[in-house]
Amino acid sequence: MNYLDFEKPLAEIEGKAQELRALARANSEMDVSKEAEALDRKAEAALRDLYRTLTPWQKCQVARHPDRPHCRDYVAALFSDVMPLAGDRGFADDQAVFGGLARFNDQPVVVIGHEKGHDTKTRIEHNFGMARPEGYRKAIRLMDLAHRFRLPVITLIDTPGAYPGKGAEERGQSEAIARSTAKCLEIGVPLVSVVIGEGGSGGAVAFATANRVAMLEHSVYSVISPEGCASILWKDAEKMREAAEALRLTAQDLQKLGVIDRIIKEPLGGAQRGRKETIEAVGKAIEIMLKELSAKKPDTLIRDRRNKFLEMGTKGLAA
Amino acid sequence: MNWISNYVRPKINSLFSRREVPENLWTKCPECGTMLFHRELSDNLNVCTNCNHHMPISPRARFAALFDAGVFTEVKVPDPLPDPLQFRDQKKYPERLKAAQKQTGEKEAMLVAEGEMGRTPIVAAAQDFSFMAGSMGMYVGNAIIAAARRAVDLKRPLILFSAAGGARMQEGILSLLQMPRTTVAVQMLKEAGLPYIVVLTHPTTGGVTASYAMLGDVQIAEPNALICFAGPRVIEQTIREKLPEGFQRAEYLLDHGMLDRVTHRKALRDELIAITRMLMGMPPAVKGDLPPPAAEPAPAPAEAATGAPQA
Repeated sequence: MNYLDFEKPLAEIEGKAQELRALARANSEMDVSKEAEALDRKAEAALRDLYRTLTPWQKCQVARHPDRPHCRDYVAALFSDVMPLAGDRGFADDQAVFGGLARFNDQPVVVIGHEKGHDTKTRIEHNFGMARPEGYRKAIRLMDLAHRFRLPVITLIDTPGAYPGKGAEERGQSEAIARSTAKCLEIGVPLVSVVIGEGGSGGAVAFATANRVAMLEHSVYSVISPEGCASILWKDAEKMREAAEALRLTAQDLQKLGVIDRIIKEPLGGAQRGRKETIEAVGKAIEIMLKELSAKKPDTLIRDRRNKFLEMGTKGLAA
Repeated sequence: MNWISNYVRPKINSLFSRREVPENLWTKCPECGTMLFHRELSDNLNVCTNCNHHMPISPRARFAALFDAGVFTEVKVPDPLPDPLQFRDQKKYPERLKAAQKQTGEKEAMLVAEGEMGRTPIVAAAQDFSFMAGSMGMYVGNAIIAAARRAVDLKRPLILFSAAGGARMQEGILSLLQMPRTTVAVQMLKEAGLPYIVVLTHPTTGGVTASYAMLGDVQIAEPNALICFAGPRVIEQTIREKLPEGFQRAEYLLDHGMLDRVTHRKALRDELIAITRMLMGMPPAVKGDLPPPAAEPAPAPAEAATGAPQA
């Protein structure tokens, strides 16, 4: 288990419980079950306390937790007949973006998502979930495919942002993001998005301009990372706690602002402590959102999606 | 709230500010260092007469030069909720807004107008970099939507001059959502079969480039304008190497196929007239300066929706 800095007290208690049990295994005459159970209860109480009052910055840390389920975990568990489709037909295949055909509850769909990777090797391979223009262009191609064959599109959002690199700029990073957002607004099929970790800026909005957007309880969605915002507005990257607070990037604030439609509850201690439950809960939410849209005609889907975004921001936090 | 602050202080201020006037008569070109007389500079649309460096120009000054005889009508932009996030960094957001309004004399970072350009009816929108770095928040989003709606109502092309550091962080996620909102505005024009022409000016970066500023039917940039998604400093920090000379400048983007043209500000108006007239299926324009449009054949219905005409 990877512990976050604010989970230190918890790490201590859980560590003690583990030590005690290891000691008991080595010495069969010792009975520690009572003490160990007491420690377990203490740990659970600590966890409950910690996660009940997560600050926005702590939520950012949870959203970036390396043990959280990533795109490929959801795809493997929730979809069948998964058929990855690669390439933008112009330059390359971007490994930061997964895309392909699959069945969701037997219904054929197109699934697109950011993949961050789960260890050093795969993280580098997937460029930490930071897409280049090719990633957005692959997504555009797949959304076109979905539109032509009347397949709903499901997008899973988990990116620190679009990749800020030389090649990415040369090949038109901004144009690729703009066209991907535009494509989201053009397709006459249901489009549902789930922010499963980090919804980083334009890199996220390019896939999340959807009929329905859900967020996991401890995920975040923001115009800029708290560190980036702090270094620009506070002139001090260490002020990320204040920036995270001011940006209103938590699922709870975004629901109040009317930016997202639904919050998916995470198990106690976050998605990283209950991967299976989290994935099931996301599956359930996708099912509900698709059902809400299934009877709508292509024109209605397009019109509703556009109106939804045109009207966004008209209600403040007061609600 | 008393006699000293209401009467005495303004008087003293006015005495001192009078002295500053002569200093503003000359501007030093930041590129070549030539001292330029203010009239000479404004006659040349804020382009250095020595080295052709393009300095910032306010939306009002741009429109005065763009529209026939400098006559245009402002298009009203719906007001967004003020400070939707109650954002506060070292200063409160409303204070920053007020300071920008005081400094620029403008309400927000975008001006929308309708009028004629070489007898070609258009709607134009221009972003103001001097207003909080031209940043895109709810107001700028509303302005672009209002511009697109007005263009569709009047069946006119929309010409947009972009200049922005990106999204307005003080509006958080709502500034990010201007990317899809303004994209819907562009789609309204496309569906109505109307040209949407973007002129990218220095600098156009971030979420602005990644939405309406890159979706034009024709993409023109002013010389040497910085146009990018991620700024050069961010990239240098990420890849830890120096970037080549001219990286992300207009000419570089032209070389990489991201723009249609790079055009000198002085030549821009004639070019825009020629392009819009061809795309609208109109006969060629008469070259040169034109008198203001005649009063009788005003082709704009529903004039009540617009503001007062500007001299």
